Amino acid sequence: MRNKKTLSWIGTIFFTILGLIYIAPIIIVLLNSFKKKSFINLEPFKLPSAKNFIGLDNYTTALDQYGLLKAVGWTVFITVGSVIVILICTSMCAWAITRVKNKFTNAFYLLCVFSMVVPFQMVMFTLSLIADRLKLNTPWGIIIIYLGFGAGLAVFMFCGFVKSIPIEIEEAAMIDGCNPVRTFFSVVLPIMQPTYISVGILETMWIWNDFLLPYLVLDINKYKTISIAIQYMKGSYGRVDMGAIMAALIMAVIPVIIFYLACQKYIIEGVAAGAVKG
Amino acid sequence: MEKAIKRYLPIFVLPTLAAFIIGFIAPFIMGVGLSFCEFTTVKDAKFVGISNYVKAFQDTIFRHSFWYTALFAIVSLIVINVCAFALALALTRKMRGTNIFRTIFFMPNLIGGIVLGYIWQLIFNGILAKYSTALALNQWLGFWGLIILVSWQQIGYMMIIYIAGLQSIPGEVMEAAQIDGANSWQRLWKVTIPMMMPSITICTFLSITNGFKLFDQNLSLTAGEPSKLSEMMALNIYNTFYGRSGWEGVGQAKAVIFFVIVVAIGLIQLRATRSKEVQQ
Repeated sequence: MRNKKTLSWIGTIFFTILGLIYIAPIIIVLLNSFKKKSFINLEPFKLPSAKNFIGLDNYTTALDQYGLLKAVGWTVFITVGSVIVILICTSMCAWAITRVKNKFTNAFYLLCVFSMVVPFQMVMFTLSLIADRLKLNTPWGIIIIYLGFGAGLAVFMFCGFVKSIPIEIEEAAMIDGCNPVRTFFSVVLPIMQPTYISVGILETMWIWNDFLLPYLVLDINKYKTISIAIQYMKGSYGRVDMGAIMAALIMAVIPVIIFYLACQKYIIEGVAAGAVKG
Repeated sequence: MEKAIKRYLPIFVLPTLAAFIIGFIAPFIMGVGLSFCEFTTVKDAKFVGISNYVKAFQDTIFRHSFWYTALFAIVSLIVINVCAFALALALTRKMRGTNIFRTIFFMPNLIGGIVLGYIWQLIFNGILAKYSTALALNQWLGFWGLIILVSWQQIGYMMIIYIAGLQSIPGEVMEAAQIDGANSWQRLWKVTIPMMMPSITICTFLSITNGFKLFDQNLSLTAGEPSKLSEMMALNIYNTFYGRSGWEGVGQAKAVIFFVIVVAIGLIQLRATRSKEVQQ
């Protein structure tokens, strides 16, 4: 018995060290974000010292000169807007095509499954042309693109859940005089709540971090997401401001960590559920 | 009831269907069609048969990117799944702090590819500077850099799937094996792993297709340096489209080839591991 206890303690100590190594990269970036930019590449692993500590200067540079606050705002707008639209539209769609069985609904379901394996490079060029032509190159328009491109996974997961709902519940509601729309919103939607959370989490993780789709679709001169803003700081200017980049990286990571710690349980359940269905 | 829903079908299906056509079906069909054309905008598209495909296969950098990507996908598949499985086994034991450790190992997964690339660029170049070299100077440094980066990102994700799989193994099966005198090594190979095959199928499928599709991390960590040698397939296609005027058709042909490869590898992988799954 005592042997087992010491073994468990050794395990805890081992994983504590491993955990610290695991978060070290983020800590190192955090420390560097307080340094004067010329010192970051020279000595990235040293703690900020009196001669190179500049407080929050890098953060104000990133916010003022590189418009990072605006980028955060647009990223939040696009992510929240797209996820809400995806959840409402695809859950309605999935319920209807599962309950109505014919060639069309079956083909639509199979196309959704098919779209999940298609790499984005296959459609990126034509998609950006279509988005341009239809004037979908705004943060409002891109929501439609996300609905279209994110529909595959969402419809697939909702269909999987709808199949497990006993049809009698819905029949009872309809006999009581509900039309299908009302049946869906007052009976089916509440039952599907766990799937809404799983799908919502998976789509949020994807859209928040997505780079190439918004980069190609959005009118970059007017609208940038966080990933695009960071890529621009590094990519298109001759002189690279490492300090501002460090600050921008930290500002990109912090909302994610807060979101994660707040909904950790749902995120981990969502990932596990998504995998089982996938 | 089906009739009633059928009358309302357009309300339920049309919004998603319309967006799906704009966002996926139309670009996909146009993409396949344009891979047989020469064009810079769609309006001047001219049918050229399979010459785009010929050019794509003759492109030595594209061929190099295929082997580089394939090797990357295989190595990352092994590293990620072995580590994730080991972590899942360790963190389902009775031990203090398992929940905190799971939280920590999963966290990098939520950070975007571009951000990850720049975080690790700082670390790697900081270390490599001591040996007076850098990521951008050697394609194999870039290769292992990317392996470490995606492992850091994806191990936690796969670990969660493996933990869910481990927890679904009925306790009686383990007990039965123990009573029959199987030692822990035998239990791992004869009971746990066969029972875990559905999770292994999913995780290997995800990690090999993720490996092939990798783009953001490649762009931000190495951007193909030195001279396109660390360019993976997705980045090579992107650069063909947007970096080389007049080569849009070739880019589209490469994208079709890429799509076929990803689907084929996914199917082969699924078939290979599915056949080893046992009935629970």
